[in-house]
Amino acid sequence: MTIKQLSIFIENKGGTLIKVLDLLSKANIQIIASTIADTKDYGIYRVLCNNPSQAYSILKDAGINVQLADVIALSIDDEPGHAANAIKTLSDNGISILYMYSFLWRSKGVLVFRADPAEKAKETIMLNKLSFLTEADFA
Amino acid sequence: MTHKTIPNISCKYFNEKEETLSRQQIETLQLERLQATVKHCMNSPFYKARFEEAGLKPEDITTLEDIRKIPFTTKQDLRDTYPFGMASTSLKDCIRLHSSSGTTGNPTVILHTQNDIDEWANQVARNLWMVGLRPDDVFQNSSGYGMFTGGLGFQYGAERVGMLTIPAAAGNSLRQIKFMTDFGTTAVHAVPSYVTRLKEVMDQVGIDPRKDTKLRVLAIGAEPHSEEQRRRIEDMMGVKAYNSFGMSEMCGPGVGFECPEQNGLHFWEDYYIVEIVDPETLEPVADGEIGELVLTTLCREAMPLLRYRTRDLTRVLGRSCPCGRNHVRIDRMKGRSDDMIVLRGVNIFPIQIEKILMQFPELANNYLITLTTDEDNDNMTVEVELEELFTDDFQRLLKLTSDVKRALKDEILLTPHVKLVPKGSLPVSEGKAVRVVDKRTVYQ
Repeated sequence: MTIKQLSIFIENKGGTLIKVLDLLSKANIQIIASTIADTKDYGIYRVLCNNPSQAYSILKDAGINVQLADVIALSIDDEPGHAANAIKTLSDNGISILYMYSFLWRSKGVLVFRADPAEKAKETIMLNKLSFLTEADFA
Repeated sequence: MTHKTIPNISCKYFNEKEETLSRQQIETLQLERLQATVKHCMNSPFYKARFEEAGLKPEDITTLEDIRKIPFTTKQDLRDTYPFGMASTSLKDCIRLHSSSGTTGNPTVILHTQNDIDEWANQVARNLWMVGLRPDDVFQNSSGYGMFTGGLGFQYGAERVGMLTIPAAAGNSLRQIKFMTDFGTTAVHAVPSYVTRLKEVMDQVGIDPRKDTKLRVLAIGAEPHSEEQRRRIEDMMGVKAYNSFGMSEMCGPGVGFECPEQNGLHFWEDYYIVEIVDPETLEPVADGEIGELVLTTLCREAMPLLRYRTRDLTRVLGRSCPCGRNHVRIDRMKGRSDDMIVLRGVNIFPIQIEKILMQFPELANNYLITLTTDEDNDNMTVEVELEELFTDDFQRLLKLTSDVKRALKDEILLTPHVKLVPKGSLPVSEGKAVRVVDKRTVYQ
């Protein structure tokens, strides 16, 4: 159920993001969605792409601090209230969201997040028949 | 003095007689050699003038304690007498010259006679034998050659042991690794930061030093490093790493070296008189107390140095050892009397910060200390590279930062800014790493 997301540790200074993007672009990696969260000193650039394991090797070989994180991508109807319903289901089952971002994918909304505890989140999604995307959907 | 024969391989000592002298025998020998050295120094225009200024005659040295009557020699003296003003023999008796780069003013020159070179090789051979290296070992010297004494010094010493010696020199890591695997290298000499670099390249090309090489001994030196960094190097390479001390002014490497006990470096007191003095008052400090290392050569012909201020800070750990050698044990260098950071009245050595950083497996070896003045306050920022991105959870990264800060506070008594930076983002120098950048406003 989980999909692999690239988490990239970047310094808060000019030129660091373009270095990562250049490496991905040269390898013809397609970015599906991405987001940057930052602190005063550094940021984490999170990327969903069409080939996370290849992208990971490329960045790793270039000496970049990168991790493959397991995230969940829920697919929801692009209408008011659907994100709230999905999150409420998780919340009611004692699941926290560590971080989340969303985007539109083939006319559906996608909520990408890391859940804690992760196993409980998977179980809840299965039992409540929430719709989710797999890596194959983005490949 | 010179020992051209190699002992039986089962013998623990390369120079059994000298290495196993009792304290009493060491001191008797030292006085005899000090008196001869002082007399010989009168051939040097520099020392002749020095003694006259101090109203001192060679005959005034009648006990070992009398060494305190002799004025100190400094690096500045070497610069001022550049190039040959310190020599105690004529240049025609000299066969080698080493020179250090002059970062400020003149460079310094060190001259050697044939006998100086032989004795130097003997000291290095003694060290390598001490840590178990024998003629059937293969010694790869991954140290700079040329003027840097770590090159030729270890080369001659390893050859003296009878080892197959590879003058690999520094750099070109892939070639170094190929030598190790192809030639069956069992021992390597390098600066500690270069060993770390070699391991990184080994990882990249899929070489496991434990399985793919016969490496078992590392000699590391020339760059201050903490006990933690040594242990880390031993773990990553699966070998024993022994700390080496040397300086070109004395000859080069060989002056002091750890025995298998790894509890301080034996400084060879048949070759040197070791003093530890307070760098401010220049008075001797008690054993166990940190002070500046001062060395007097006892066997040098071309350029003997009397009471040379090394600027290295260390202390005496003891004068006996389970290994059977009574030559003084000196702690690893604690820093330089001139790289000490004074921040808000607190004295800090970069090595203290390194020691703490090395305790965190999440952090890489490379770090940079920057001192700044912000609104009249002096601050320290410690930037350290992240080894692996072990989480993408900010809370855990922030916790790591605060844990590092707290550990640093416990060690240096003030709280620096700690900044995690991506691996590879801090400057790496080919030689000695730059660890401190001081951007503070200088108060008058």
